[in-house]
Parts: sequence; C-alpha cells; structure tokens
Amino acid sequence: MEFSELIRTGQAQAELLRGPEMPPLRGTLCVTGHHLLLSPGPQATPDLWLLLLRSVDSIEKRVAGDAGTITLRCKDLRVLQLDIEGVEATLDIARSIEALSSLESVITSFPFFYRPKGLRLGESWHFHPPERYYKRVARETRAWRLSEANEDFSLCPSYPRAVIVPRTVDDDALARSARFRQGGRFPVLSYYHAPSGTVLLRSSQPLTGPQKRRCAEDEELLQAVLAGARPGARGFIVDTRSAQAAKQARMTGGGTEAKSAYPGWKRLHRPLEREGACILVHGAEGTDSTLLVTSLAQLILDPLSRTMAGFQELIEREWIQAGHPFQLRCAHSAFSHTRPKHEAPIFLLFLDCVWQLGRQFPLSLEFGEGMLLALFDHSYASPFGTFLCNSEKERCLCEVRTRTHSLWSGLNQPKEQRKLRNPLYAPNPLAIWPSVEPQSLRLWQGLFLRWTHPPEPSEVAWEKVWQIATDQEKTEGSQPTDSASEPQP
Amino acid sequence: MEHIRTTKVEQVKLLDRFSTSNKSLTGTLYLTATHLLFIDSHQKETWILHHHIALVEKLALTTSGCPLVIQCKNFRIVHFIVPRERDCHDIYNSLLQLSKQAKYEDLYAFSYNPKQNDSERLRGWQLVDLTEEYKRMGLPNSNWQLSDANRDYKICETYPRELYVPRIASKPIIVGSSKFRSKGRFPVLSYYHQNKEAAICRCSQPLSGFSARCLEDEHLLQAISKANPANRYMYVMDTRPRLNAMANRAAGKGYENEDNYSNIRFQFVGIENIHVMRSSLQKLLEVSGSRGLSVSDFYSGLEGAGWLRHIKAVTDAAIFLAKAIMVENASVLVHCSDGWDRTSQVCSLGSLLLDPYYRTIRGFMVLIEKDWISFGHKYSDRCGHLDGDPKEVSPVFTQFLECVWHLTEQFPQAFEFNEAFLLQIHEHIHSCQFGNFIGNCQKEREELKLKEKTYSLWPFLLHDQKKYFNPLYSSTSQKLAVLEPNTVSFNFKFWRNMYHQFDRTLHPRQSVFNIIMNMNEQNKQLQKDVKDLESQIKQHKNKQTDGVLTKELLNSVRPESPALKTSLCLKEQTLLPVKDALRTVEGSSPADNRYSEYADEFSKAEPAVVSSEYGVARMTC
Repeated sequence: MEFSELIRTGQAQAELLRGPEMPPLRGTLCVTGHHLLLSPGPQATPDLWLLLLRSVDSIEKRVAGDAGTITLRCKDLRVLQLDIEGVEATLDIARSIEALSSLESVITSFPFFYRPKGLRLGESWHFHPPERYYKRVARETRAWRLSEANEDFSLCPSYPRAVIVPRTVDDDALARSARFRQGGRFPVLSYYHAPSGTVLLRSSQPLTGPQKRRCAEDEELLQAVLAGARPGARGFIVDTRSAQAAKQARMTGGGTEAKSAYPGWKRLHRPLEREGACILVHGAEGTDSTLLVTSLAQLILDPLSRTMAGFQELIEREWIQAGHPFQLRCAHSAFSHTRPKHEAPIFLLFLDCVWQLGRQFPLSLEFGEGMLLALFDHSYASPFGTFLCNSEKERCLCEVRTRTHSLWSGLNQPKEQRKLRNPLYAPNPLAIWPSVEPQSLRLWQGLFLRWTHPPEPSEVAWEKVWQIATDQEKTEGSQPTDSASEPQP
Repeated sequence: MEHIRTTKVEQVKLLDRFSTSNKSLTGTLYLTATHLLFIDSHQKETWILHHHIALVEKLALTTSGCPLVIQCKNFRIVHFIVPRERDCHDIYNSLLQLSKQAKYEDLYAFSYNPKQNDSERLRGWQLVDLTEEYKRMGLPNSNWQLSDANRDYKICETYPRELYVPRIASKPIIVGSSKFRSKGRFPVLSYYHQNKEAAICRCSQPLSGFSARCLEDEHLLQAISKANPANRYMYVMDTRPRLNAMANRAAGKGYENEDNYSNIRFQFVGIENIHVMRSSLQKLLEVSGSRGLSVSDFYSGLEGAGWLRHIKAVTDAAIFLAKAIMVENASVLVHCSDGWDRTSQVCSLGSLLLDPYYRTIRGFMVLIEKDWISFGHKYSDRCGHLDGDPKEVSPVFTQFLECVWHLTEQFPQAFEFNEAFLLQIHEHIHSCQFGNFIGNCQKEREELKLKEKTYSLWPFLLHDQKKYFNPLYSSTSQKLAVLEPNTVSFNFKFWRNMYHQFDRTLHPRQSVFNIIMNMNEQNKQLQKDVKDLESQIKQHKNKQTDGVLTKELLNSVRPESPALKTSLCLKEQTLLPVKDALRTVEGSSPADNRYSEYADEFSKAEPAVVSSEYGVARMTC
C-alpha cells in the first residue's frame, strides 16, 4: 500500500499555535505517511516539530482570502491550530491528514515502521503474563494449573493461549464451559490472594437465555474453585451490571448464574464488604468493566502490582492479554464527530481510578502521574506495538511481537524514569483501601487540563520533590564510601 | 461547675458518620469544666472543647439508647449513643449551658494556664508588633505619618490607637471625614507598597445617602491620591454588590459619587454580606454531611451552596486590588458597609498577593493581627464566643483562610506554612483558649485586660513551627514575589481537610508533606555528617603524616560514624511507624498536649493507619 497516493501535497508554509503557554512555531509544513512535520526556518531553532497522524481525532478546515486554517483536535485532548499559506495547500493538507489519520490497517501503522535507536526488536516482549503469574500462584497453592486448552484460540478468541484454571477441571470441561459463556470467556483465575487463600476470577456472562439453560461443567468449575480454596470458603459472583440490566440480558441469550445451580455462590449487583470469600466478576462481555474491577482490586490488594514492573505486568496480563479490545475502544477519543458504539474510554477510566488511588496513597505507588499520562497517550496513538489489536489472537496474526517495539522497552529506558516514577515511593506491604466518598475524588487536572491550563507552579514544585528525593539517595549513597575511605591503620 | 450533674457515663457508643456498616466504638464519656472527653476501649481519646460546640441535639430514643449529636465549630460532628436517657439528658443540659457563656470572663482563656510566668506571657504578647510592621513597610515617610487622632479611641472606637494617614491630612479633615463614615471608620492606611509608593487604604461606607457630601472626606481621599507620586488617580473599591450598596443609600449610607471626588475610579466587586455567607456555609455542610452521597448530588450541592463562588469573588477582588497597585501604580481605598468583614478579607488577601513576607509563618501572624484583629473584625460576634445574636455569626474569617488555602494549592512553593497551620489558626479563633481573638475590637480587648489575664496564641504556634513548615517553600523565587492566581472555576475545590478534618476515613492515607519534610531534614543531617567525617579524615591524615596516629584517635572516629545508622532509623520510623493508638485532640486537653495535633496525626497516617483501616474500610470499587 502506498501512502503517497493519500498525500495530496508535499509541503506548505504554515504557522502552528500550540496553546496558551507555548510560543507559535513558523516554518515549512509537510505531511508524510505517518506524521505531520513542521520544520522551522534556518534562522529559528533547529528542532523539528512532529505529530503522529494517528493521534488526530478530528480535523476542521477554514479558508479565507488566500490563506487557510486547520484545527486539529488530538486524541490526547490537545488542540492545535495551523495557519497555512494558500487555499489549495490548506485543503490538500487537510484531506491528506484526514485520509492518513483514519487508516484502519494495523500492519501499515507506524509501529511497524518505527525503529528507534537504542532499542532492539523483540525486546521486552518476553512477558508471558499468564505463565509468569502462574509461577507466583504455584508457589502458594497446588489448587490451580496452567491450561493451554486455548493454544489455537479456538475456545476463546479473546483469551491468551494459556490461562489459569482449577487443577481438578480438565480441558474438555473448559471447552464446554467456554461454549456456555459469551465469547467463550469461561471463568479463569485473575488473582490469588495468598494471605486469605481466596481467589478473584473473571469471565463473561453465562448464556442462560430465556430458557434458563445450565451447563454442568461450568457449575463444576465454580464448585472446584471453592473446593480448592480454604475449607468452608464461600463465593460471590459480582455482576457489574444492575440487577435489571442482567435480567434483560436474558432476552438476548445472556443472563446470570441461577442461584440453585451454583451452591456456595451468591450473586450481587453491588459492591460488598470485605468477606474473605472467593469472587467471580463479570458483566456482559467480560472485556471492559470486568477488567476494570479485577485490575483495580489487585492494585488495592497486591503490593507487587504497585511497583513499576508489577504495574506493567498487570496491564499486560489483565488488559492486553485478557482481551480488552484496545483497537476498537480507542479508535477515537473525546473530539471525534462520530460516536460508534464500540468506542469507550474504559482504559482511561481505569487510569483515572489509579490516579485517585495514587492521590490517596501518594507513597505507595512506584509510578507517578507521568506513567499514567504516558499509558493514556500510547493507548490511543503510539509508535509502539503494545496497544495494537483487540486480542492476543489478532496480535499473533499481525506478528506484532516480532515486527514492532514494545512500549515497555521504550518506557523502561533510563532517560524516561524521571518522568514516570514516583520519587516518594516506599513499598507498602498492606492493602490500600481508598475512600470513595465524592469528597475524596478529584478532577484529574494533570490529564484533562494538561494542554489548556498547564499547572506550572505545581510542576516546579514536583521538580523540587524530585530534587529532595534524589539528594537523599545521593547523600545516603555517598556516606558509606566516605567512611570506607577512612585511612587504614 | 454548677452546670455539671453527671461527670462520667459508661458504655457510650460513638458512631462513625461515614461508615455504612454502622460500626461504632464503645467507651466512657467524661464531662469536665472545659471539655467533653470520650475514651474508647482502645484508649483512644477524643477531646471536645465546650467552646467549640455549635449545636447539641438530643434525638429520639432508640432501642440501643439515646442519641446525642454534637456539631462543632471546627466542623467535627460526633454522634454518641448514651444507654440511659437520664444521663443523656443531664449531659445535654450541661453542654447547652457550658457551650454558651454569657460573660467574657467565663471563657477558657481566662482560666487556661500553660505554666508561664508574667514576663514570658508579656514577651509572648510582644511577639507580633504592629509598630515594627509599619516600619518594615517603610513608614512613616515623607508622604505618610502616624496620626494620634485616635489615640484615646475618641474618633473611632473600633479602630486601633495607631493609624497611618497622609501627611497632608490635618486633624480637622480626619475628624470631619470620620463623621461622614459609618461607625467613624475613616480612610486609613492598611498596607504600603514601598517600591510602587502606592497604598492600600480602608474605611467604611460614606454616609452619603442620595446626595450628601463631605468636603473633609473628599479632601482626605485627595490626600491619599496625592500621597502617591506615581499616579494621580486612585481606585475606590466597594466590595459589596451594587444593589446592596444602593439599598444602603435609603438608610443615609451608600457609596462615593465619582463626581464629588476628584480623580477616583469607583468599582463594585460584588462580595455578598455576612448573612449570605452564613447560609451558604450551612448549605455546604448539609451537603457534605449527608450519608451515602452520590457524586452528582455532591457536585450539584456544592454548586447550589454557592460557597466556592464566594471564595472566588473574594479572591477576584484581591487580585483586582493587587493589579491596581502592580500594573497601574495606583493606590486603592477598600470598603464595604462597616469595613470590618469584606474589607478585611480583601485588604489582607491583596497584601498577601503583593508581599511575600505575609506568606511566611511570622508574616501571616502579623497580617492577621493587622488587618483583622487591630482593625476590629468582630471575632467574638462572628464566631459566637458568647451567647448572643446568632445573626451576627458568620464564617468571614474562615473564608479568608480558605482563600489562602486555595492560593497554597495553586502555588505550592510560595508559602512558608502548610495547611495544618491554617487549620490550627481556625481551631483557635473558636477555642477561646488564647486571648488574641476574644472581643470585637482593640478597645474592648484593653478593657478586658487580655494581655494581663490571657496568653497570646502566636508564641505557641511559633514554638511548634516545625509542624507548620512547607517543605517545598522557596523563599527566593523571583517568580513568586507577586502571586497572580488563576481564578478559572476549576481551580476552586472543596476543602476536604477543613470541612472533614475529623472524618479521617475521607482523608488521603499518606501524607506527602511529612515525608518530604523528613527527607529534607535527613538530607541536612546527612550532609552535616559527611562534612564532619570529611573534616575528621582530613585531621586524621594530617596526624598520620605527622606520625602521631594513636589508637584513641581511631576510636574517636568510630562513635561518630554511626550517625548514618541513626538517620536510617529515622527513616524507618517515618515510613513504618509503630502502630499505636491514635489520639485525636480537640482544641486542647488539660494534659497539655494541645497541639498534638494535626500534623502528627497526619504523619501517623502512613501504613499504620492503613492497617487499622483494614478493620473498617470497604471494598467499594
């Protein structure tokens, strides 16, 4: 496929306005296959201004006299204005941006061409989240096993190849349970809570339908979960939908677990008090609010998931591998004119929740706001391949792992750390229960007002926090060497 | 004491007003002459000063006992369940009496004894010296002088004795002007900007009615203009809404007619009166206090209460004032009706924007002494210290503190003090434990002999200033010399730590400030250690070359080096504090740990609280 067909004009003279606090840039504007470039004249700063076309959410053009204006609204909520010389050039550039920013094909997207210095292809793709996580679980309990029943994605197209299931349930039973669940998403282990010996599972809704169908293997699977947990364990099925919505789903073939069919399990449509019980979470498809709930629960409960590496692994395991359809959900952002049903800022909702958690426990997360902002940006438009496609199956088809760079390899470079880390982090072994009263929640200014009202004084203050924290490391680090340099008698 | 019938009730339950599971603590309730004290089964103490009690309510009897709800002026709300109705009734009646005193002499400050001798007490009162403050501003100078017109409170009872006026304003002019101003509060200087040679002046409304004039008043305003060599015109800011000011004309009061005064630019800024503010806060508290509040109810309630709109109005007025001085070099005269509520807010906040000194711990005390206490903000009436007219009560000073808090949020590095400092001051405007805020004006304070009979708050705050330091404070930043806040609506937010100060479940569980504070201190200590060690090494090397190395010398090095160890211990302590019983102290306790305080509790908040939360928190994601 040739991008040149879509590029209507080579270049034009333009001025770029980037918001209230930034000086305008003037220079030569140029559209390439994946980018919009502005190259300032020789007398100005030599820096090239670059915008990934994929991050353009909506485009507006106006012409007056012999000049035109293009307003670009980006998926990261930035608004850019380009004043361009020449009506023809304006229209051509606008059309080119329109065509190139809405390309659907994954394999012609920029991550397949991005070859940054210092990074090697295939690096940091070595995560095998379910496998790695299973090793952690296996150290604590023998009740679970790693099943490769989905090796060819035939059981469930949106699950990864390997999933963690009760040891006593064989692959045939899994296949039957999969047929009883929407999209084949049978109950799998999401998190094992070692201190209480209880587990968090996730799935999609059961396909009970108006006839209230049942599935013996599905019931056995949940029974096996309770049997594998501590004796006398009870279970709760947290349906993220309202009771009403869950009931209505029956008319379209979905539904909820019947009470009589799953002894030991109780269904809820609301949050529950702490119980020390096993939990199965599902909504309808089990790819959105379900993941939101299971991943947040892990951040609250599991100190490891609050580290930089643990958080990345959590996102790999509970969002990317768990089949959150990023490609569909993040196709457009807030400024898009069209609002297809499959688009939704679920992942942003997750990031906002994590941000609120970080505000209430400012010392307990190893990553800072910068990390959450980076994840937001990259989930909508990225030079890296991590958030491409909707499932592991699609990523395998597109050879994402071998032909694009991993976002984690980009973020884990030393030069990025100051932006992404929380300098005040101190490991906290306890569960971090946030307050969810409205008085405790705040607007995430750092994201929603990032471009319109950059909080300059607080950024300087944050810089100072960094400085104090690094001073501390330096002095603490240097002292032993000083004492070590005592002269030997 | 005659009001106390029951001093101790056992098996009392304390309910958490934000817990959905109706969890409660059981303990013993004690009633003392000054405090209500609850000690729960974990020996955690809750002290409530009688003066802090705004409202006591006895609710309908339930199966578990008789509910007693106490609302405090520092926004604490406690909900007790007393097993026997008789006990509840006794306590209820006692508190009704004890929380509303009829005479100043019965206030806590007159019996409070921090075990200081008279000279210490006097030194405490001298800590904030307004004469020094005017000197700091560069007064007197060739244009401004100290007037002795009010030395005996003859012209204005509610002004201080010492007042600065333009040098060219003669005494007859001052006297004439004072007769034309409500309560005799004629235009005087509040703040002088040395570089710009411009002044912030304050007064009350003129008694202009529909057409009255006063030549002396016109002269005085002209004198204020002339005292500013850089600019011929001056601003007159009427901080009231135009409608209110116009309504006042019917009562023979009103506002300045631009035609009668040469070179004034008149401006309304539309801050509402004390009654609007009182009911606005009431609405705010109703919203924030409701159980099971939804996010949308919270925000629509917040909007409906209008509180943040008022905070913005006050801030906007202060910005207008600061800009007039910084951008136009113009002097500004500020007034409202009587010139002791909105005028105090705007003058003090404006000065705070202009002068970094007022953003230090000491400077902030000076600012409050000057624009609030000395100029006759009626603390006793506004805070309801005595059993009086409830219509005089209004959260005007609270509002000022909230405006300052919003500035600290927007400029995290511009203030030497932190939020705890503001909260502590707020605590004490109601506590009546110190003499500073008792009475309504200086004359009244002198008559009460407060400086002889009570203590000043400021030395106690200064003694504990470590708790109130902002670790990010940058005193040298030129960028922060004059603050230019942005008052777009989303910069105004609900001040949770004020209005839910005691609802700990709503707070962040870890405090950034404390940890940075500790890091800062450790850095300093470590750097000092490094220096010490380096100098020892140097010494050592010199001695070695001199060939006098002895075993004793070596040993003398050893005991010093574990300095690192102590520093590390310090760190461990702050990161993983020992879990001990939390202690909340209301105002003060006879055990004399009045300031135990907010900052401490905050720092304990770290994992220790998380773990104790383990017992109560809910999974509500």
